[in-house]
Amino acid sequence: MKEVDARGLSCPEPLMLTAEALRNETGPVRILVTEPHQKMNVEKFAKDHGRKTVSTETEDGFAIVIEQKL
Amino acid sequence: MNLSDSKKKLAAAGVVCGIAAACLAYFGNPANMALCIACFIRDTAGALGMHSAETVQYARPEIVGLVLGAFIISTATGEYRSMAGSSPMTRFVLGVVLAVGSLVFLGCPLRMIIRMSAGDLNAWVALIGFVLGAATGVFALKKGFSLGRAHLANRVSGGMLPAVMLGILILALASTVLRSSESGPGSMHAPILLSLIGGLIFGAFAQKSRMCFAGSVRDVILMKNFDLLTIIGGFFAVMLIFNIASGRFVPAFDTPGIIAHSEHLWSILGMYAVGFAAVLAGGCPLRQLILAGQGSSDSAVTVLGMFAGAAMAHNFGLAASGTSVNAETQEVIAGAVPLNGRVAVIICIIVCFIIAFTNKRSEGR
Repeated sequence: MKEVDARGLSCPEPLMLTAEALRNETGPVRILVTEPHQKMNVEKFAKDHGRKTVSTETEDGFAIVIEQKL
Repeated sequence: MNLSDSKKKLAAAGVVCGIAAACLAYFGNPANMALCIACFIRDTAGALGMHSAETVQYARPEIVGLVLGAFIISTATGEYRSMAGSSPMTRFVLGVVLAVGSLVFLGCPLRMIIRMSAGDLNAWVALIGFVLGAATGVFALKKGFSLGRAHLANRVSGGMLPAVMLGILILALASTVLRSSESGPGSMHAPILLSLIGGLIFGAFAQKSRMCFAGSVRDVILMKNFDLLTIIGGFFAVMLIFNIASGRFVPAFDTPGIIAHSEHLWSILGMYAVGFAAVLAGGCPLRQLILAGQGSSDSAVTVLGMFAGAAMAHNFGLAASGTSVNAETQEVIAGAVPLNGRVAVIICIIVCFIIAFTNKRSEGR
């Protein structure tokens, strides 16, 4: 699965990296972030682009799996 | 409660912040300066003796309230994260730029919106510079700009700035060591408790809604996303209604007594520097206070940079003067940006360009 490590990056870098990863990827993508507001931003970005997400808490933040494009 | 998942909630958060700002203006904060981060950090820096401009010294409880409001709400909702280590010294310099650019224009982006809502056409001119500055920051982001990663830090580290702010509040309430203006803008303020409550409410809602003036412009340009702009819209609408209802709406350029000037080029360039630096730093002066409150030591360093920049603005004669009326002759004295301030803004813009195009994401990994 394609993975984006956006941990510790300032806004809007996590969303820029997410957008870049989704641009040519129809399969699932895993995004790693550190802060709760970044998790919410990534989830909302995916939702706005018609993609579902499943988020889990990790040792140092969150992992958001953006599911495959239907 | 998540305030950032719908435009209605975001607009409502902006309305709440607008009501808080309007109350502060009604109860005594300087006209047209209901809540200005740069001005209030400058006043607080003066209270601490960091500069000696006697008319702008007062430990503004709003600044304390904004940081503590964000700290309390983020701790209560589990969003507090003690983070540090993303180019702190570069962020300090960006903080200096934010303060100097703002004090040449005479207001941070928050006050720019407040001035716009009161009909101050100079602020509408400055908006051009702010948008262009934010756009330049977006261009740098697209070219790979990054200040690198922050890392989880000792939990106490993120609480240091809120603790310092609490210390300033205690000194203001229980001692006479802090300086306090007897005339000028620093002497005009709402009652301390009201200012503190206003700051706490504003800080809490700004934290939950991610309110950011630079971020709102950045997101529109970068991602065609209008979420953050919706908050500003709600805030502007309330301030516009308040200013019209209270007779403070005066659509003009050279209005005396509102702490503004009509040096358009320098309004544009001052806010260009602010918009540019704010996008590079990941948020406007308000957002830096909020991020510092929710545990970012990097934003706390940016806030310290703003304190240093505000002190420099008055120690080195960089800050602009507002248009005023001579009490004896009734002659209007036009506000102006001093030569030192003009040179400083040019330096600030050059510094932003150097920072923007020498910090790449790949180097931060």
